[in-house]
Amino acid sequence: MLTNLMRVIKSGCLSFWRNKWLSVAAISMVSLAIFAITSLLLVNVLINSLITNLEDKIDISVYFHLDTPEEDILETRKELVKLDEVRSVEYISAKEALKRFEDKHQDNQVLMQSLKELDSNPLEAALNVKAQTASQYETIVKFFNQGKYQEIIDKINYLENKAVITRLSSITKTIRQTGLIILIILAILAVVVTFNTIRLTIYSARKEIKIMKLVGASNWFVRSPFIIEGIIYGIIAAVISLLILHPLLWYLAPKITAYLPGTDLYYFFQTNFLTLFFLQIAIGIALGTISSWVAIRRYLEV
Amino acid sequence: MIKFKQISKIYSSDCRALEDINLIINEKEFVSVAGRSGAGKSTLIRLLIREELPTQGQVFWHNHDISQIQDRDLPFWRRQIGMVFQDFQLLPYKTAYENIAFAMEVGARTNQDIERDVPQLLKLVNLSERADHFPDQLSGGEKQRVAIARALAHRPKILIADEPTGNLDGLHTWEIIRLLIKINELGTTVILATHDREIINGLERRVIILEKGRVIRDEEGGRYIL
Repeated sequence: MLTNLMRVIKSGCLSFWRNKWLSVAAISMVSLAIFAITSLLLVNVLINSLITNLEDKIDISVYFHLDTPEEDILETRKELVKLDEVRSVEYISAKEALKRFEDKHQDNQVLMQSLKELDSNPLEAALNVKAQTASQYETIVKFFNQGKYQEIIDKINYLENKAVITRLSSITKTIRQTGLIILIILAILAVVVTFNTIRLTIYSARKEIKIMKLVGASNWFVRSPFIIEGIIYGIIAAVISLLILHPLLWYLAPKITAYLPGTDLYYFFQTNFLTLFFLQIAIGIALGTISSWVAIRRYLEV
Repeated sequence: MIKFKQISKIYSSDCRALEDINLIINEKEFVSVAGRSGAGKSTLIRLLIREELPTQGQVFWHNHDISQIQDRDLPFWRRQIGMVFQDFQLLPYKTAYENIAFAMEVGARTNQDIERDVPQLLKLVNLSERADHFPDQLSGGEKQRVAIARALAHRPKILIADEPTGNLDGLHTWEIIRLLIKINELGTTVILATHDREIINGLERRVIILEKGRVIRDEEGGRYIL
């Protein structure tokens, strides 16, 4: 068994080497496929971080009546955090709000003057709520519409922002869906092209396959070297596509960051290097193996 | 012992390759199967190596019905037979040595066996110096000798040669035929399909002549007369 395995591996490597040009063609196709799939993956990362960035910019503020005790607000906050839809809740006390207001308007003498003439703080305490995704604000607003909150809440600025939020949420949804569809189509395309290239290499060997069968080789013995060849294609292609991707990202990532602040693909690439590498090798091996396996089937019936 | 019992092979109603064939080929016999192209020689051989199944009748090898062999066991049957083809059918990306070794590898023979037998086989066909040449670098006669060495690698009981000299000139033709005779004398049944009159007349062994899918003559020391 071990001898057989060694023979099959040796034969696979040998025919890989002796069919150099065919191997080169197959490897370039497989690496192109891997490259395309990885790039699409990275674009997806980019889109996601873009969407997260956008969503990070929206929030709703809930203002409480001036006489609401702080415990009540904190209690509300505690309840709010329990919701799945809520990503973060920031409490801004009346004092804090005043301080922020003063900081912001310190150059405006008229405003500062009129503020001083008041004997109490006119600003209300507020909770700034961020949802996981833009479409969830509706739910959060409903939470506040429950009876017990009606009394302490002065207003929610959701209604003012509603139009913007819904539009944003529909845009992000469309981007996600379109991205996914494009990704799937391109991935399928890459797989089909690779499959056909490998089928071509096996087609060119159909005579040999017949000879092997006539000499008394079992299907296993005929098939395995081709699968070994497929695996070699996959591994080499993965390494090549990584070698292309690395300098490309190094060059492009800063430019992308300039357009879309908050995204750094190169950093993502570096931190996930091993995962990506193994993913690429896995894609390569899977592509090579499955294509060889399927393509050789019809020639085995001698 | 090989026995064809009431064999017919019909591809379509107007293409009857073999009809009502009854033959017995004994062990260690040297049999020539002759006839024009299309007479059914190749079909007869394809039935024997079970590349095809008969439409009617049975082929026996020592009372085993060959058509009953499971696909899974087919490789084992093929290893009982050595095949030599008109177009050599060598693996183009393997050297002469590797072509012969391959036949032994598929039979799960040990590396020691291979290292011992292949040089011997190459010596038998007189190609020891050409061991590392690829088929492209060999002449027609040399290629056919490699093919014969490969066919013998399993130490088969039967050697089937389907027009082995069809692509060769006169000198190489007799080289091959003499080799086949030598192999037969070493104890292997040889079945030679050919349409070459000179070979058959020169052999003076049993000749079976096919025409339009039927046996029209079967005699010892026969001559090729149509």
